[in-house]
Parts: sequence; C-alpha cells; structure tokens
Amino acid sequence: MLSAILVNGLVLSGIYGMLALGFALTYGVARILNLAHTAFYMAAAYGLFFFLGRMGFAPAALLASLLVLLIALAAYKLLLEPLREHEATVLIVTIALALLLQEAVLLLFGAHFRSVPALLPGFVEVFGVRVAQQALLALLFAGVVLLLAWALLKGTRLGLGIRAAAQDQEAAELVGISLSRAGNWAVGLGAFLAALAGLAVAPMATLEPHMWNAPLLVVLAAVVLGGLGSLPGALLGAVVLAFAEVTVVNLVPGGAFLRTAVALLILVLVLVFRPEGLFGTAFAEER
Amino acid sequence: MVRMAALVLGLVLGGGSLAQVLRIGVVGPMAFVQGEHTWYGATLAAEELNRAGGVLVGNQRYRIELVRVDTNEMTSVTDAATAVERAITAQRVDFLIGGFRSEAVLAMTEVAADYKKPFIITGAALDGILAGRVDRNYERFKYLFRVSPTKSSDLARTSLLLLGEVIQAVRRDLRIERPKVAILAERAAWADPLVETASRLIAAPPPQGYGAEVAGTWRPSATATDVTPELTAIQRAGAQVIFTVLSGPVGVPFGRDWGRLKIPAAAVGINVEAQQETWLKATDNLGAYVATLNTLAPAVAITPKTIPFITNFQARFKQFPIYTASGAYGALYILAEALNRAGTTAADAVVRALEATDYTGPAGRIVFDKTHDVTWGPGYTTGLGVQWVEGRMQAFWPRNWRVGDRVVSYAGVRPYQLPPWVVEAWRR
Repeated sequence: MLSAILVNGLVLSGIYGMLALGFALTYGVARILNLAHTAFYMAAAYGLFFFLGRMGFAPAALLASLLVLLIALAAYKLLLEPLREHEATVLIVTIALALLLQEAVLLLFGAHFRSVPALLPGFVEVFGVRVAQQALLALLFAGVVLLLAWALLKGTRLGLGIRAAAQDQEAAELVGISLSRAGNWAVGLGAFLAALAGLAVAPMATLEPHMWNAPLLVVLAAVVLGGLGSLPGALLGAVVLAFAEVTVVNLVPGGAFLRTAVALLILVLVLVFRPEGLFGTAFAEER
Repeated sequence: MVRMAALVLGLVLGGGSLAQVLRIGVVGPMAFVQGEHTWYGATLAAEELNRAGGVLVGNQRYRIELVRVDTNEMTSVTDAATAVERAITAQRVDFLIGGFRSEAVLAMTEVAADYKKPFIITGAALDGILAGRVDRNYERFKYLFRVSPTKSSDLARTSLLLLGEVIQAVRRDLRIERPKVAILAERAAWADPLVETASRLIAAPPPQGYGAEVAGTWRPSATATDVTPELTAIQRAGAQVIFTVLSGPVGVPFGRDWGRLKIPAAAVGINVEAQQETWLKATDNLGAYVATLNTLAPAVAITPKTIPFITNFQARFKQFPIYTASGAYGALYILAEALNRAGTTAADAVVRALEATDYTGPAGRIVFDKTHDVTWGPGYTTGLGVQWVEGRMQAFWPRNWRVGDRVVSYAGVRPYQLPPWVVEAWRR
C-alpha cells in the first residue's frame, strides 16, 4: 500500500505542482488571483486535441501552448492590467474569462468526452504498483518543466526581477524593475505552465469542457496552504494535497469520494495553526 | 358564397393544409448526447407519423409539430423547470416527452402536474419520480408516465444478472470457485441501495446469491477524473471481477485507466458512458471488454421493430441511438396511439388511454404498471448486457436466461468474453 501511495502520489504531485507554480507566479508578481488559470490548462488540452488531428504531437503541443499564451497575454493586457488595482473586479473578470473559455470549448467541441492518444501506451510495475508509462512520462515532464522554471527564476536576471516583484513591489520599482514588464512575464510564464500541465495531462485525462473545475479547487488550496505568493510554498502545498488525496483512496476505499474534502480539511487545519500558510512566515520575512 | 370565401381564406392562411397541429415539447439537455438523442428519436417518429397522414383523433387528423425545449438540466435544475414552464405557457405545447437527469425531471414534472400536461419521461431512472407520487397523489401526478429507462431498482436487477453472468464465466473459464468481486460505485444516492444489494447478493450462498466474496467497496466521486489509485487498490485486493455502478463522467476515466493498466479483473455492471458509441473514442480504445447494461445493441432484435428503428436512425442521424432516442421514439408512438384511442386531446382522457397502453417498440413491450412506470421482466422490457469486443458493442445478455419455465434469448446475442489479460493473469 505504501508503494501505491508513493507512486500515485508522486505522479499527481507533478501535475498539481505545475499548476500551482503558475498560479502562484501570477498572483505573486502581477497580484492577480487568476481563477481562469485551470481554464488555460483545459484550453491547452483541447488545443492539443484539435491540432493533433492535423499534425504531429510536437508541433500540435507547441501550437496549443502558444495559443494559450496568446489568450492569456491578450486577456492580461486588455482586461486585467487596467483593473489591477481593483482586486475584486479582477477576480470576477477572471471567473468570466474561465466561463467564456468553457463556453467556447462547449460550442466548438460539444459536451462529448474526448481523448488524446498516449505517447507511451501500456504500463510498468514500480514497487509492485502498476503505473501507466504515460503517467511516468508526465511526471518526468513535470519535473523537467519545474526545474527549468526554477532555473529561470533563480538563475537569470529576468527571474530575479520576477522574484523581486513578487517579494516587494515598491522596493522592486525603486531599484528600477518595471512592474508592468515583470507582470507580463509572470502572467505569460504562469499561463505557459498551465498550458504545459494541460499538455501533460491530456493523454491521460478525459477532455470535457468542465475539466478545469476540479483542479482549480486543489490549486487554490495548494497555494493557500503553501502561503499565498510563495513559490516554494505552492509546490509544497501541491505535493501535500496530492499525497493526501492518494492516501485517502488507499486507506478508506469506501470514502474515496472524500479525497478532495480531506485534502481541504488538511488545509483548514494548517491554517488554524499557521494562518499565513506553510511558507507564509518566510515569505513575510523576505519582504 | 360566404362559406366558399371562408374556405379559400382558410386555405390561404393555413398554407394549403387543413390539418390541426399537435404541439409536443421535447425536453432535454440539448448540448449533451442524452438530450440530442431524445430530440432525434422524437424527430424520427414525428416524421414517420406525419408522412403516414398524422394522428387521427376523433374525426380530425393532426400533424405533429415538435418544439425543442433545451432544459440545461445538467447544470441547473431551476433552468429545467423554467424551460418546461415556458414551453407550456409561451410555446403552447400540448404534451411533453423527454427529461434525463432525475433531479431535474422531479422539478419539471411538478410544473407539468401544475398545468395538467401529460409528460412521458424517456431518460430518468429514479424510482421516486413515479413511485410515491402517482400512486399516492393520483389526481395531481396522473399525467406522468415513463417509457425508458426501466426504474433504478429494475436497472439494479438487470445489472446484478449481468454480474452473475460474469461470475459464471470466471468460475467456468478460470476455475476459480469463489471469485472475488470489487464494487466500484460512484458516490450518489441512486447507487447506495445497489451497493448494499450487490454486497449481500455477491456473498450469499447459491441459489439466493452468487457464493462469491466481496473484495472491497470503492466509492469515487461521479465526476472524478482519475481512478488510478482505486484501480491499483482493487488489483492489490485480488479481485477477478469489478462490479461498476457508474452513471457520471467518471465512467470514462475508469475505462481508460482500467484498460491502460490492464487491471486483471473483468468490469461489468452499469457504466452509462460505455453505453454510447463514442466509448472507444472517448477512452482512446482502452475501454475494450468493458461490459454494461444497455437498451439497444447493433444487430440485436429485441422486437421486430428494433432493427428497422436502428437502421432508420443511423441513416437519418449517422449515429447509433442511445436509450433516450428509442425512448422518445416509442413515447411519441404511444402518445399517438393513446390520442387515437381517446378520440380527443383532452388531457384526462388521454391519460386514461395512456394507462391502457400495450405497445411493442424498439426496446421491448411497454405496458404501464399502477405507478405509470414501464414494466420490467421477460415478455416486457428487460434491457441488454453489452460488451465492447472487436471494436464494437456486442450483446451478451439475455442469452438462455431462465425465468421459471421461460427461457429468454434475443437474436444476435453472443457469449460474454473475459478480457484476455484477465484470463492470462488468473488461469490455473
């Protein structure tokens, strides 16, 4: 059972991690609580499905992620940046954007379930647990993407600017960092991460226009658990929630439907004792 | 001269036709396959009836005019009730057929009862839509009837018979005397009694039960997008059979993950997603060998009307009909026959005529019981057990089904096949 929890938990952590990091970036730098984040993930999955019918996997994946990037940047420039000071309005606009994307997908593809063929069919046994090869590929992909994102944030001037803007906007501006430019990059990178998560999940998931709802709740919980605005916190939150879900299914089979509820209960318990989230203090100290 | 002028005027204004019009509201979630097929089934029947001269009511011939009522019931019960009210008050429909989601149908039928409009349900299974309403408050709910599917408790009976068939196959082909059965049921109210009954029946010794062992019960959400942890846990529990009770979207991830991981347990039961012809496409062809109860299957003649219905439906709509299609098709014929027998369009008289229905449609013989529900059983409507084999849906039940002195078999039904990886994993 332990091996099942370990293997399935790791696979789920990779997907949640990519989504949570993108969400945390967008909030940390652009101060946008983007509820359309997982709708970008859904749009990328559908984009891949659409383009795959016309070309190979690599160009289809590239086009799908570029399409999502374009939508996200256009939405940021046209709708979100002008309203950035009005947090509640921004929140509502992102919900509207998510619903708009959902309805557009419903209109274009209908409510039928769709699937994307797996790049790697079949399964392998890891510690006696059957794992789809595609899931391992997705985990590897998520690991590489997260490492690259980390390298970008930690090892480049651009990343330094983004992190500076995430830590203290006023101080960042005082040392000559353009908040608008950092915001553009953060929103773009956040949406790109969501798109990559969509591409990783598409061959394992069932595509349907409401597929963005369930992960949104988990991602929100992960970033709050980790400490709103903290990038390492978001990742840790994603891992904790993923393992919590998998553990529930394995320990309480009759209560498998409670997997998300238990994950959220953990969030509530953590917040009772640490209202700032797991990395909240460190984040505050950095500020 | 005046009468002649009136007749000419009538012909001009009436577009050259003297026939009266029966406006029938076809209700359903039209963006979804269930609603779409309700509309298609009704359309096919209306076209056939109109081509044959319409419906004779008394001395008057009526042309059927269908009104498409999109209920949006998948996401909003309120929208569904409002849509029905609008259809009755603004679009002036005389009768209603359709409905899919039980919660929404409960609300919609309240509206129909308020306005005393006969409503023939073609897609919702909950027992309580009719039981406890028509029998306890006849005057208010007598306008409600159901032609498809059979009510939840009857669906449960059929699905348990299918489970018995697969347990037999495991005993026969794998030589496992006491197979282990895992129950995978979505967390929904309708599934609870089925889980309870199945648990009891699986473990009970024959002839009351199947003499097998319950390996465990897993209850994922009806909208879960990943059931890999559940499936790996089922594999670890050593189950040879998975009894599925899935009506929601979770049915697709189940089929996909089950096929991808080659879980060594045969899947049988209820999986609504596997009833549709898009199943293999939706599961990336990984849903092969999944077995589920269904209403129709290709090349299976439940009645003499089954094959012509499927052929005409496919020719007209290029899709294989799901149960809401055959339900709506039958409902329109049942209504037409009842109107003909009643000799009037007055609701109460039509209800009395509907109660006397004995109609053989594409999915079986429909006779209403005292709650206005379709009668289940041999000689009436039973449903089918279908399995995805060699890229297509194939029926495996009823095949030599013994009920008392009767043996029930439908033409075109083939034996059930255990998935090859299950045989490979367990053959001794």
